Amino acid sequence: MTPASTTPGVAAPPETTTLRGKDLLGIADLSPAEISLVLDTAEAMKEIASRPIKKVPALRGKTVVNLFFEPSTRTRTSFEIAEKRLSADTLNLAIASSSVAKGETLADTALTLEAMRPDMIVLRHSSSGAGHLLSRICRSAIINAGDGMHEHPTQALLDAFTIRERKGRIAGLKVAIVGDLLHSRVLRSNLHLLTKLGAEAWICGPPTLIPPDVARFGVRATSRVEEAVDGADVIMLLRIQLERMQGAYFPSLREYFNVFGMTRARVRLAKPDAIVMHPGPMNRGVEIASEVADGPDSVILEQVANGVAVRMAVLYLLAGGAEHEEAA
Amino acid sequence: MDADRIGRALTRIAHEIVERNKSVDGLAFVGIRTRGDHLARRLAAAVNGITGGNVPRGALDITLYRDDLMRTAVGPQPLVRRTDIPFSIDDRAILLVDDVLYTGRTIRAALDALIDFGRPRSIQLVVLVDRGHRELPIKADYVGKNIPTSAAESVQVRVQESDGCDEVVLQQESAR
Amino acid sequence: MKRLLKGGRVVDPAAGIDGQLDVLIDDDRIAAVGRGLPVDGAVVVELRPDFVVCPGLIDMHVHLREPGQEHKETIATGTAAAVAGGFTAVACMPNTDPINDNANVTAYIVSKAREAGQARVYPIGAVSRGSRGELLADIAELRQAGCVALSDDGRPVATALLMRRALEYAAMFGMPVIDHCEDPSLKGDGVAHEGFQASTLGLRGIPGAAEAIMVERDVQLAELTGAAFHVAHMSARSSLRAVAKGKDAGIRVTCEVAPHHFTLTDEALAAPVPYDTNVKMNPPLRESVDRDAMVAGLADGTVDAIATDHAPHHYDEKQVEFDNAPFGITGLETAVSLTFDRLVHGGVITLRRMIELLSVNPARILSVPGGTLAVGAPADVTILAPDLRVRVAAAAMRSRSKNTPFDGWELRGGVAATIVGGRMLFANEAAGLAAATA
Repeated sequence: MTPASTTPGVAAPPETTTLRGKDLLGIADLSPAEISLVLDTAEAMKEIASRPIKKVPALRGKTVVNLFFEPSTRTRTSFEIAEKRLSADTLNLAIASSSVAKGETLADTALTLEAMRPDMIVLRHSSSGAGHLLSRICRSAIINAGDGMHEHPTQALLDAFTIRERKGRIAGLKVAIVGDLLHSRVLRSNLHLLTKLGAEAWICGPPTLIPPDVARFGVRATSRVEEAVDGADVIMLLRIQLERMQGAYFPSLREYFNVFGMTRARVRLAKPDAIVMHPGPMNRGVEIASEVADGPDSVILEQVANGVAVRMAVLYLLAGGAEHEEAA
Repeated sequence: MDADRIGRALTRIAHEIVERNKSVDGLAFVGIRTRGDHLARRLAAAVNGITGGNVPRGALDITLYRDDLMRTAVGPQPLVRRTDIPFSIDDRAILLVDDVLYTGRTIRAALDALIDFGRPRSIQLVVLVDRGHRELPIKADYVGKNIPTSAAESVQVRVQESDGCDEVVLQQESAR
Repeated sequence: MKRLLKGGRVVDPAAGIDGQLDVLIDDDRIAAVGRGLPVDGAVVVELRPDFVVCPGLIDMHVHLREPGQEHKETIATGTAAAVAGGFTAVACMPNTDPINDNANVTAYIVSKAREAGQARVYPIGAVSRGSRGELLADIAELRQAGCVALSDDGRPVATALLMRRALEYAAMFGMPVIDHCEDPSLKGDGVAHEGFQASTLGLRGIPGAAEAIMVERDVQLAELTGAAFHVAHMSARSSLRAVAKGKDAGIRVTCEVAPHHFTLTDEALAAPVPYDTNVKMNPPLRESVDRDAMVAGLADGTVDAIATDHAPHHYDEKQVEFDNAPFGITGLETAVSLTFDRLVHGGVITLRRMIELLSVNPARILSVPGGTLAVGAPADVTILAPDLRVRVAAAAMRSRSKNTPFDGWELRGGVAATIVGGRMLFANEAAGLAAATA
């Protein structure tokens, strides 16, 4: 039976029950209400993982292609589990086994896949905007699983889910993000999300790794890690990549750890109940000390668990297609 | 049906449940979100009042099991709400509660969902209103009221908790 | 054959003429300019009084891609695009395959251009062999074969020493050195202007300083050598400052700005089409302060020329990830409309200044014929329709490539006709001119 019309004043209905777009390319495209819808849906999805049979028939008969042009174990596995828990048929295409090595363009790879009529394509690619290109070519819903330095929307959503679960809210929290900001798609997605939901975002790293003009995002940038974590509710660390030393972004990993590494002493500057997050994979002893990674404030493994629920929510919400696409 | 008649129907069903199940040990209510959940809460209170027991209660969201999901051409997805069954259903007698029994498709989805939680000893179906027009071989064990309807009509159950009042009204489909 | 252009407004900045006058063309030369010229057996082209008869436009920076990349453009299609865009002559950059670093390639280009019979083509020779930035190309030979300037466009002249030698050596032939100013280490693997848009979209940035640093270097070298240096496709406000300073000091520096750099900003990266590879060019679209600086430079005379940097690329090459797409957009068939719409009708420059930027100054910088309607000059004439409503249609363009971000734009001002050597090679029916009167 259909839910009856609700009487005003009782059990407030959600602000939106649908995502407007056909795809999820970035948090930049989502409204605060849409973000809340994903997080609320993810809450329902999270319960499924606690059942003896961790599978629901929601996406039965839907085909999802995981098209990964960059090696990724965590994100791909997380999506694959999410797809399987929703009973979708999944297909994994990794760069090594794809025809890109034979000189095929991304557009041709996408068109070839599209001819087999998948319903959704989960795309990981080293070029910013690769998802936008696919979106213009494909009828399938495109879910961005990380494009270059641009966005990694499901990571930001699972971060937000984890923060909300721990803190009960996101608005008004001080979130300090420390690490390689310049090259990070996780940063960009999180900046969009945190500012949309009203958090006070601080970013911190060496000036060489702070994106130009980032203040226009509405965030505070600093190279003093003590200032960034001071009184923070959430400390979010970003991975430092070894090869950045070659680009002369900083002199050595050791020096980076000395100046920016998240140690217990630095965590103590944050609120007593602050949580420490990391999207993984971690470089212990570079951006994070092991005592912090494995410490009581770390929610890093919760992030991984929540990733599955958030991705189930995104897959479910996009599987219906967008209303305005009907004519297409 | 007004609030008074709904209250009496629920009390009668509670008595029938106690009568038919020799012991309330091993019983559990599972209400189908959202109105079945509210009715289950009231029934559990009534049964506990009669027996002095403490029958556990859970809420089930069947959205992800609906047989019309992904079948409609294109459009927004129905909202998924949280399923909350804080006990093992293995070897229990489950009282599955919904507001209206119509085609039987919701109950089919609920049965599938329940089975994913374990292997109950039995499942009994409780509905406030049975309006006929079954499309699947499903029958209620406890019925508040049989209301014969035509397919052009719709039955609206309103409950205090989500609608601000208790009533059952019959409407012409076009009037919705 | 005689042709009388009757009833239009003649603007010839070189001769200081601006008025409702007729122009008589006798065969391939300008025969007379005056009021109410007698028909005297000439074919009469009746013009609306608001149409502007001016010296043929010259695009001093195009890529014709032939030899070697004929899938993008050929000399025939590129010069056909030129006349459709109102240009009677173009100067083509040497980054073909092979590079135009020797007389054989130059001769090939010259003969292909003659065969095509469209716009005149002035080849620009490479500064260095293979544009590799090591040894000077055979400059005297290039000059003799028809090259009018030198450039390693696509890349900067690699070292200060090589630039110095090139300036000194080229001065012997009166050829300017045109430099694609960019510090390669600062540009790195950048693909877009370094700023908020690139930060948001996760694109690697190219700061304006990458360009300005090289402009500063070359201004210093122009002063040292006393030779003529020309800045190609200038985009950054700091480059403009360096040029202005050089000019104030009497140094022989000139510069050009492309229509996309006075029209668009890096916001085009995000909308209307995010990551549109047709807004990827080098130098990149910069932010509004830079764009506004280019507009100001066009208005105050610091900028000498408008040049399109017409850079055709095949659809397949652009239908890729933004990172992987080649730099460049076409420009020949949109330059006049953009200049009218944005600059003339926008109240930034006068019509006379527009003609200086598009004809008089390019002719002067390259020391080529044209830029004048003086009696006896070659009959290279462009007829402009200042109020023509133009809807840009990439699919209808004559260029072999359609990589323009302006597809679908509605602009005010266009080309009515293009006459090269007395032959009317383009007549715009939309402007009410009958074609094929050649």
